[in-house]
Amino acid sequence: MTALAWLIPAALFLGLLGLAAFLWALRSGQFEDLEGASWRAIQDSERPDAGGETDAERPE
Amino acid sequence: MDQALKRQLKVVGGRESSTARFRPVRAPQNVTLIVENMRCGGCMAAVEKALLAAPGVESARANLSAKRVSALYDAAKTDPERLVAALERAGFHAAEAAYVRDAGVSAQSSDLLRRLGVAGFAAANVMLLSVSVWAGLASDMDRSAAALFHWLSALIALPAIVYAGQPFYRSAIGALRAKRLNMDVPISLGIILASAMSLFQTMRGGDQVYFDAAIMLTFFLLIGRYLDESVRVKAKGAAENLMGLKALAATVIGADGKPRRVPARALSRGMRVLVAAGERIPVDGRVTSGTSEIEESLITGETIPRLVRAQATVHAGTVNITTPIEVEATATDEGTLIAEIARLMRAAEQGRGRYVRLADRAARVYAPGVHILGAVTFLGWMLAGAGWEQALTYAIAVLIITCPCALALAVPAVQVAATGRLFAKGVIVKAPDALERLAETDVVVLDKTGTLTRGEPRLIAPETIDASVLGQAAALAAHSRHPYSKAIVAAAHARGFAAAWRGSVREVAGCGLIAETPHGEERLGAAAWVGLDPSAQEDAATLWYRIGAEAPTPFRFEDALRSDAESVVAGLQRTGYRVELVSGDRPQAVAAAASAAGIKTWHARVRPDGKIARLNALRAQGRKVLMIGDGLNDAPALAAGHASLSPASAADISQTAADAIFQGELLAPILETVAVARRARSMSLQNFAIALCYNAVFVPLAMAGLVTPLIAALAMSASSIAVTGNALRLRTMRLALRPRPAPEGRT
Repeated sequence: MTALAWLIPAALFLGLLGLAAFLWALRSGQFEDLEGASWRAIQDSERPDAGGETDAERPE
Repeated sequence: MDQALKRQLKVVGGRESSTARFRPVRAPQNVTLIVENMRCGGCMAAVEKALLAAPGVESARANLSAKRVSALYDAAKTDPERLVAALERAGFHAAEAAYVRDAGVSAQSSDLLRRLGVAGFAAANVMLLSVSVWAGLASDMDRSAAALFHWLSALIALPAIVYAGQPFYRSAIGALRAKRLNMDVPISLGIILASAMSLFQTMRGGDQVYFDAAIMLTFFLLIGRYLDESVRVKAKGAAENLMGLKALAATVIGADGKPRRVPARALSRGMRVLVAAGERIPVDGRVTSGTSEIEESLITGETIPRLVRAQATVHAGTVNITTPIEVEATATDEGTLIAEIARLMRAAEQGRGRYVRLADRAARVYAPGVHILGAVTFLGWMLAGAGWEQALTYAIAVLIITCPCALALAVPAVQVAATGRLFAKGVIVKAPDALERLAETDVVVLDKTGTLTRGEPRLIAPETIDASVLGQAAALAAHSRHPYSKAIVAAAHARGFAAAWRGSVREVAGCGLIAETPHGEERLGAAAWVGLDPSAQEDAATLWYRIGAEAPTPFRFEDALRSDAESVVAGLQRTGYRVELVSGDRPQAVAAAASAAGIKTWHARVRPDGKIARLNALRAQGRKVLMIGDGLNDAPALAAGHASLSPASAADISQTAADAIFQGELLAPILETVAVARRARSMSLQNFAIALCYNAVFVPLAMAGLVTPLIAALAMSASSIAVTGNALRLRTMRLALRPRPAPEGRT
């Protein structure tokens, strides 16, 4: 029984952590483009929204 | 600039970006662009890169699912039109998303997602505790531990049920207020009673604790609701994109006489608009200067352009062909064609509002049945001598078991699968109940121009025309935007002539083209233009070409059928549809198209109210009409039909009125849509049957007082998964109603 006293709160805390992460992801718009997100993960190193053509036009 | 115009632009234009050109602002502006052909991750990166390379763009973020990109730009350095041009150069067809109001729709779906997250968290944790209690029944769990777990379950489940179940409670209250019953009434009742009884049992230290069933139910149903909503958001976004891509910019002549480009939505009554040759007229109005020909097949179904002079009325959506004209906007006038169409549509839509969806029809029978079963259980146990508390517990168990989780998922799951399948084939289903109505139709009424046909003329038998004459005529025609000229150029191109550009070609509105060459004067145009007697030529769909004093050569045109029109009509007739053609065009043209497509019943020169009258006549015979049309003149009929389809080339107002939009040149999507709709209906009924089977097994157990929380949880989950799995089969199922090649021996 004593184990339950900390196991259950721990389980709930971890669950709430997951819920908080989900709500944060939802709020920051990560569910708005599920199709695009799957592609962004496999795109090359250059980040199109962080500087554009610089990487591509650098020699070598 | 003119103060009044400025004010109007501010009021009508709404967003900053549209008026940025007039009032340079330093702060970065945000604009959303629709990018039609952004289809993969590579395109997405290319779109973002093209925008970032354009001067004045600070950031760009593409959304692949929505086919849109939002960009932050410096209004002093660039404007949305230049961004669109930058995308065009990179090979993307883009337009400013003028009518897009996606904030509201996505807010609702992310609200559902948030509730889904909370319900999911609660369901997982409550199940964890419940499984322990069930396991404890078989082992040595003591009662105090079980009580503790029940209290913990209550603590987690109750707030989650209160928060996550709100969409159902609201819908149920709305239905009850309107003195109706929908599926959400038994759902809400089941959830609330299960929670209340579980709380009561927990306080008394009893076993009948159903928190797990209640929260799982909420969770499963929210999944169905969310999928339904996200399919609808996607369809809505796609439909808005189609319209946004056609949205126009207009050239307005200000009070100082200088032309300015403004978005078409910023136009208001009294403005003078300059319409260049080849441009779509952005507004209803009166011609104030210039003479030209107007192609208005989208409005009237007539393929031959109309000659307009000063004071003539022109309609938004028509195309100015020959020479630039100036139009004064009168769109707000009552009594214009648009106003009449809008009035007819409002009247027609009222009829459709009475349609009751399949699930709600089932609820009308189901909900009273469930409540009677609960009452019978209570009375039965009271009569059998059990105490009122025992009897009430069993009665509530019946209500929990019959709470229509599977029943409420039965239709949405099929809808999601069917709509997804059609979406992949280029059919955008917009109305939530469209598939159910489509499945019931038994008559197809088709519009001719632009629906059964391509809506653009084609040269008849180009191979019979002398090659050199065709080449010369095409060289002349290349200077004109008239649909007939384009048809000649296309025919010449098909025979291997590259259209050579010549100088000194002049176009005279309503007459034709003229050029001076070393071989004499070349003319291409109407009969009178080449010196023939026009009264001797009965067929208007002819152009004549003459060089010098030689005899004129005729070029005859037809509005060609879409390439699979005949086989699709035959396919519809084979599946038991009666097919009719109703058009605003001339009788000869309609008769020719009808016989070519194999349609026996046709009506020509039908006005918009005439189309509605025809639909009403069919309805009076007990028929359910599927209306398929594209023109503005079809819009009221599209709203009046039992169900309706529009091609993506249709007028905005028709696309809005239609239940579904199909893309591409072929008519085959009509067959696919009908087949999927019918299949979806039968699968919904199958799902109802599966759900009822579960009830047939578990309701007697519940009435006999044998249901435990474990059985309730199992029954709920298993039936939900069974109906969802059944629905998903529709995504890949082969359907029998495919178009087969037309039988041989037909003409």
